[in-house]
Amino acid sequence: MGDESYNFVFKVVLIGESGVGKSNLLSRFTKNEFNHDSRTTIGVEFSTRTVQLDTATIKAQIWDTAGLERYRAITSAYYRGAVGALLVYDITKHLTYESVERWLKELYDHADPHILVMLVGNKSDLETLRTVPTVEAKEFAEKKGILFMETSALDSTNVEAAFQEVLTAIHKKVASREVTRGSISAVTLSSATGTASEVQEERRTCCKNL
Amino acid sequence: MSTDGNKKQFWKRNTAKVPGSIQHVYGAQHPPFDPLLHANLIKAGNKPQATPGGKPKKATTFQEFESITSDAWDVGDDDDELLAMAAQNLNTEVVMETANKVIENHSKQQEKQRRDDADASELEDREEEEARDEEVEEQGEEGEESTPEVSFACEPSPLSDGRLVKSLSEAPIGSPKDASLHRQQSLPHRPTIPMVARIADQNTSGNPAMTEREASRLDKFKQVLAGPNTDLEELRKLSWSGIPRQVRPITWKLLSGYLPANTERRESTLQRKRQEYFGFIEQYYDSRNDEHHQDTYRQIRIDIPRMSPECLMLQPMVTEIHIDIPRTNPLIPLFQQASVQEIFERILFIWAIRHPASGYVQGINDLVTPFFVVYVFEYIKEEVENFDVSSLQEEALRNIEADSFWCMSKLLDGIQDNYTFAQPGIQRNVKALEKLVSRIDETVHVHMQQYEVEYLQFAFRWMNNLLMRELPLRCTIRLWDTYQAEPEGFSQFHLYVCAAFLVRWRKEILDERDFQGLMILLQNLPTMHWGNEEVSVLLAEAYRLKFAFADAPNHYKR
Repeated sequence: MGDESYNFVFKVVLIGESGVGKSNLLSRFTKNEFNHDSRTTIGVEFSTRTVQLDTATIKAQIWDTAGLERYRAITSAYYRGAVGALLVYDITKHLTYESVERWLKELYDHADPHILVMLVGNKSDLETLRTVPTVEAKEFAEKKGILFMETSALDSTNVEAAFQEVLTAIHKKVASREVTRGSISAVTLSSATGTASEVQEERRTCCKNL
Repeated sequence: MSTDGNKKQFWKRNTAKVPGSIQHVYGAQHPPFDPLLHANLIKAGNKPQATPGGKPKKATTFQEFESITSDAWDVGDDDDELLAMAAQNLNTEVVMETANKVIENHSKQQEKQRRDDADASELEDREEEEARDEEVEEQGEEGEESTPEVSFACEPSPLSDGRLVKSLSEAPIGSPKDASLHRQQSLPHRPTIPMVARIADQNTSGNPAMTEREASRLDKFKQVLAGPNTDLEELRKLSWSGIPRQVRPITWKLLSGYLPANTERRESTLQRKRQEYFGFIEQYYDSRNDEHHQDTYRQIRIDIPRMSPECLMLQPMVTEIHIDIPRTNPLIPLFQQASVQEIFERILFIWAIRHPASGYVQGINDLVTPFFVVYVFEYIKEEVENFDVSSLQEEALRNIEADSFWCMSKLLDGIQDNYTFAQPGIQRNVKALEKLVSRIDETVHVHMQQYEVEYLQFAFRWMNNLLMRELPLRCTIRLWDTYQAEPEGFSQFHLYVCAAFLVRWRKEILDERDFQGLMILLQNLPTMHWGNEEVSVLLAEAYRLKFAFADAPNHYKR
């Protein structure tokens, strides 16, 4: 995490049932690490990574939280300002896939309505233990108008791709101004067009909305 | 400001009320320099007079206090003990002075320790090989220049400029970014601390043998523990500054109220409580796969295998120090044994079923660990690496399980609203932490506000897991010695410990100039090498804060 300049900060949240692999997706993407014995997440955990898209440098600010229902009251605040969400389930545990509908509802209840969502079927390395067919999940995602990908934090498959796709899609939204500036907490730090005071003002407005 | 009335007394004292308002409430940035304090301390330079043994009497000046507690100074007792004694008998001002002196003493000890170490190594090498004198001297010098993680060496006269509160964190500790520098500074005097070998030991120097002081403390404990009726007040006072590992199991059981003070009743009480627990297992455990208990049990089963203690210690950001920590934590084999995992599952499941207002909450599983480890250690003679739980007699293991269950229950009883729906206790504590920090260190508070860091984002875990995720297990165990000696230690004193903990990192915090950096720092504080010394200092600081703010809640409400 150097001091490279970046054009945008995108806040992305990881949600899904306990044990599906959110924390390892986070560590794989931001630190290229995987830990078999990773302890349960308490409250919220946080990490960042800066990526280069075609035309912009994006600092991805990624939030990871415990999956347990218990924390909902505390972490509803954690949706604030999020522009992207990875809704993760475990392909070997059908139960975690069945909760996806509920998680989607929660997401739309608390987060920005324009938030960009990707359904992620994790643990693809455990193909022999699969209980959620790819096709079924893909169709569900299409029906809901959200992105879809299967990943393995363990062997890295598609982790990079998943985050890249989400961040690119967010950037497209921002660039096309499909959402009003005020509803996305994208902070332009080194804009070619805007002046410093304009940026300041935007920030203040954003903060007021929080 | 009123000190009596319907407010709960945080600490029993037989002293006169504190006159007027407590002036030690800190203002904008620094504690106000109190000429009264300063004057008393100058007087305190006098030699203490010997008095016959006995409890310290009431005193109103530091000088008086020192003169009647001369035995404490002479034996070189732990300063925390002194603090505890002070609290019993003195008014706030004197306690503050005492606390200041504790912190000053620690810094002097650190200084002395460094010089001793440097001297010792010098001497050794000279005996071995004369030709290496130059090298050694360089080493010694380097050692003296370097700064251990917690040090006041840079504060020449912490008291005279009245900025003692800041001294904790103004040591030139390398920030996590300077991890390599940090390692360089810490290595010469901080040997690898095997996580478990030092778990219950009193000191973190490489020295395994008991010092004279430790032996004398152990004797005191044994004295108090012997006899038909244990004086729990006395035990608490002793325990505040740490419990020798040999007597920790029984002391914890007594302090928590699990064991009665009366020696004769103990065996029967133990039997009764253990039977009761085994009864719960019979009654409830089979229902764990029933529909209404399924979710609880499933969650517990997800969490237990992930409880490798190594994870409790990993500090991903401080990658350089990784190298020092043994990769294979001796506790892993212990926690990977199926029988141990089952024990944890049972304890947590039974507790959750019997406490439907909260049920099982992630984090509660961590709270079983210190009890279990401390009680298991009572039986371990050989190296922990080789310890096989199945070598324990089944009865012993069952008893450890039951005792852990009850002691954990007692702990949770005091903080249950941390875990009930919406976790109101935690929200309240985090808000209180924020208010406290805004009073004791406005600079840090404003800094965090400026970068929009919310206390809930990092301190939630501090409250939910009682700092267990931020400290090595050995430090947690030492911390719990004091928490169990304090009244409402886990619920109230913990708040002050958290405040002291946060402010202790003020330099690192102020060095971070963006939200990301701050968050990552606060969730990965470099405490991997922490031992008893660091915890003692933290506790002393927390104690000062408590005395400045307890019984005067209006002082930290704006």
